[in-house]
Amino acid sequence: MEQPSSHLKIKQTGLVSVVEFADRKILEELSIQEIQEELGQMVEKEPGIKLLLDFNNVDHLASAALGTLITLHKKVQEQNGVLKLSSINRQIFQVFKITRLNKVFDIYDTSDQAMAAFDRT
Amino acid sequence: MKVPPDFGVDDSALHSMTLPNDLRKLKQPEIDIVNALQQHGYDPDTIFAIKLAYEEAVTNAVKHGNCNDPAKTVILRYYVDADRIIIMVRDEGCGFSPDAVPDPTCDENLERPNGRGIMLMQSYMTKVHFNKNGNEVWLLKENPVRNLGADI
Repeated sequence: MEQPSSHLKIKQTGLVSVVEFADRKILEELSIQEIQEELGQMVEKEPGIKLLLDFNNVDHLASAALGTLITLHKKVQEQNGVLKLSSINRQIFQVFKITRLNKVFDIYDTSDQAMAAFDRT
Repeated sequence: MKVPPDFGVDDSALHSMTLPNDLRKLKQPEIDIVNALQQHGYDPDTIFAIKLAYEEAVTNAVKHGNCNDPAKTVILRYYVDADRIIIMVRDEGCGFSPDAVPDPTCDENLERPNGRGIMLMQSYMTKVHFNKNGNEVWLLKENPVRNLGADI
């Protein structure tokens, strides 16, 4: 059940909404705003959402995109949901470490590991 | 708008261009810079760092400095050789004080959505210099491969 979207590839795997990014670079302000709106709507529609953002396809990220992730994280928590991130490449993970956002987000090496962690919650 | 003396390059060596206040127009110089870095043998991690710093600098200039005003311009200057890259981005805004931006890595600021661009530039670059007004940023990145070689 895959829904077409300009920036996101969304599929439902069991109880978890798995989101992959269509763009290798999450840089443009407009794209980031659209991603924020799209994900925000998803979270609002589904209180208690289990959401996995898989960065498998992403090799570049602007700091504005980090802001979007933080806003999304707050929204998911307000809705009593759970957000996990996975498959962040080494260079981008370094950005998370420098900004200490690896302490804010629940990050897994692979989507399988993240899915297993959802199963345990 | 002269290169800081401790960046180690004569000002006349820099490319200079005035570009519209449009991030799409700032893509081509980025491609040219990356091509030059690859030709000079910079490693992928260093190129990633330079791209990130460039994008943060031009985004700040277009969005915050020039307030997305299409009538304004961005001045870009750069220089690449095998040892170092220098990038300057200047906007027409009234500037800001980099010291006034709260440290985004402090616990109390970790969940603020903004304010990470400057600290990322400072983390990834060898030197970051703002002019007094804060509307001009100079980035210096030394090529770690070459500079490791110099120590041996």
